[in-house]
Amino acid sequence: MMESLSFNKEAIVSSPEITRKSWLQRWLLRVIPYAMNNEKSATVTKTKAKTTNRSSKQIRWENFFRNALVWIAVAMVVLMLGVFVTLCIQSIPSFKALGLKYLWGRTWDPVNEVYGAWPFLIGTLLTSFTALIISIPFSFAVAIFLGEYYPNGWLSNFLRNAVELIAAVPSVIYGFWGLFVLVPIVRKLESGIGAPPFGVGIFSASLVLAIMVIPYAASLSRELIRLVPSHLKEGAYALGATRYEVIMKVILPYTKSGLLAGVLLSLGRALGETMAVTMVIGNSSAIPSGKFFLFGPGNTMASVIANEFTEAATTTYLSALIELGLVLFLVTVVINMIGKRIISRFTNE
Amino acid sequence: MRIRSITTLLCSGALLAGMSLTTSCNSGGSGSGSDTTNKSSDDNTLLGAGSTFVYPLFSKMFAEYNTQTQLKVNYQSIGSGGGILQLTNKTVDFGDSDAPLNDEQATKIGVPVLHIPMCSGAVAISYNLPDLKDTLKLTPVVLTQIFAGDIKTWNDKAIAAVNPGVKLPNLPIVVAHRSDGSGTTNIFTTYLMKVDSADWGKIGKGSAVNWPGSTIGGKGTEGVAGTIKQTPGAIGYIELAYAVQNKMAFAKLQNKSGNYITPSVASTTAAGNVTIPADSKVSLSNTEAADGYPISGFTWAIIYKEQNYNGRSLDRATKLVKLLWWNIHDGQKFAEPLTYAPLPANAVTVAEAILKSATYDGKPILQ
Repeated sequence: MMESLSFNKEAIVSSPEITRKSWLQRWLLRVIPYAMNNEKSATVTKTKAKTTNRSSKQIRWENFFRNALVWIAVAMVVLMLGVFVTLCIQSIPSFKALGLKYLWGRTWDPVNEVYGAWPFLIGTLLTSFTALIISIPFSFAVAIFLGEYYPNGWLSNFLRNAVELIAAVPSVIYGFWGLFVLVPIVRKLESGIGAPPFGVGIFSASLVLAIMVIPYAASLSRELIRLVPSHLKEGAYALGATRYEVIMKVILPYTKSGLLAGVLLSLGRALGETMAVTMVIGNSSAIPSGKFFLFGPGNTMASVIANEFTEAATTTYLSALIELGLVLFLVTVVINMIGKRIISRFTNE
Repeated sequence: MRIRSITTLLCSGALLAGMSLTTSCNSGGSGSGSDTTNKSSDDNTLLGAGSTFVYPLFSKMFAEYNTQTQLKVNYQSIGSGGGILQLTNKTVDFGDSDAPLNDEQATKIGVPVLHIPMCSGAVAISYNLPDLKDTLKLTPVVLTQIFAGDIKTWNDKAIAAVNPGVKLPNLPIVVAHRSDGSGTTNIFTTYLMKVDSADWGKIGKGSAVNWPGSTIGGKGTEGVAGTIKQTPGAIGYIELAYAVQNKMAFAKLQNKSGNYITPSVASTTAAGNVTIPADSKVSLSNTEAADGYPISGFTWAIIYKEQNYNGRSLDRATKLVKLLWWNIHDGQKFAEPLTYAPLPANAVTVAEAILKSATYDGKPILQ
């Protein structure tokens, strides 16, 4: 521990982890104590007071900076609430017309003004979780490889940038790629296993989504794996553990809550993705069913909103689409809360 | 010091919350656009919004009109429904829609509006049957039953009966449709409703309908066309212009007179060769014309009948009416190269009469 500190000359907060943190984390660590006004900030100011005398200008700046941070944080919360309230208000006409039946109604019929969100709710959850299951092995593999095996060097940099570039590509491009490259492949697969050869459908959408969410879990997990204190790993090696054993018994248990957080981040992205999904999912309001339900066409909530918003001519129709947005909002919140519970349970063990 | 800063924080937070709530509530209602862009924007730019279908033609027309008169027209292709909404909110000078205003839209807008036909377009039935040499022929009933999911394979007896001597494959039919709300869907479903209400009645007509069974929805014309091109056995409806430009196969359709008609600019214009009512709000689908292609429809520019609203100047109103007058006369020659059907002579006469009924302070704008 002393060793790692001596390397780290610019650290203000005395913590061994600081050595490997990114600039953002370093900045946050400097800033959070000021904003929270807790004990840590007292120690920081003490150490600072020893070396320099603070002028009133500096104090004013510190106060201004702290206030600005709290303001911005409050603004974010208010913005969230504003979105929520807007969605609620605009959903009222649809709620009045359809009531709670909207949630489990199976028909989406704009002509007869009957709206049910159930097929799209199922479609959203099905595509997102399938995508997650497909993406997890890849994101963890990338994270372990870049975090533990090749943390430095040009190959590592190249791979890391390549993975992060996946997140930078606009989703419409994934949609086009999916439609023209992936869909024909999936169609061949479907004819091979005897499923109806639509090509487009839940499975194609899940595949595209899986690719899109890999970088989110991978980047976060890689950072965390690199932060595992070296004395833990070295201790394990000293006891005769192999690299595989170190990864399985030291690194993964040490980082598991963070890895789950990365997965949750991926899930959030998958739930809300619109453009790429709508291009390959087949946009059918039928509920996926039967032996090959993964290969049938379906639809997600975000995709329906994007598709039908421009031509929603009646008040109820428009309101039903907004209510769909509200349901998506609530689903995301609920899933996030469940995820947080799971993470905290894992951490408390 | 601590207490004061906390109070300021709380106050400012509350203020922020209040502000965001009021704005969110304001943007809620659809009629919030009363402070229109009309007054502020310069008088040499007219604003329009609506149908995506007519957009390529409008851009060509307005560019030409701009070189002739220096008048700029800013047309946003946001969809027919969106165009009507913008006109209702008085944020644009004209809307354009592939369907006349429905009752709810007319009630919302509250005052009389004029529908001026701009051109007509056809919806082609495109299919993907790789081994088929001949052009597929379809009757209205067969077409409806295919899209209703009652005919499930290509070698069905009903299809074979209208295509004698043609070897049809034993392929499942994959129905492709627009997933986004669209005027094209509206024209197509209106047609199906007209020709076979027994099979289509429960589904109905509109810019988005509840498609029966496992159909494939593609986003936009290109999405439907992509599905058809890639999927052997697919059938779908797309705008004729797109089908022609992309060299896609499309079916001959039997019209009301019993003739099998290939969709084209000529047969679409011919479809408009019927008695057009004085308000021009007529559906051309299932036309009476013997050589007319049955799935076609007008697209209408929509303006307020009384042009003095919201502090608009007479100059602006005159410019708008003159622009639309030019569209239905000189502008029509740009339609055919872009595979739109120009208005037939009788439609132009009706459109002239409608434009002349536009008023400013109760006085006609055009003499």
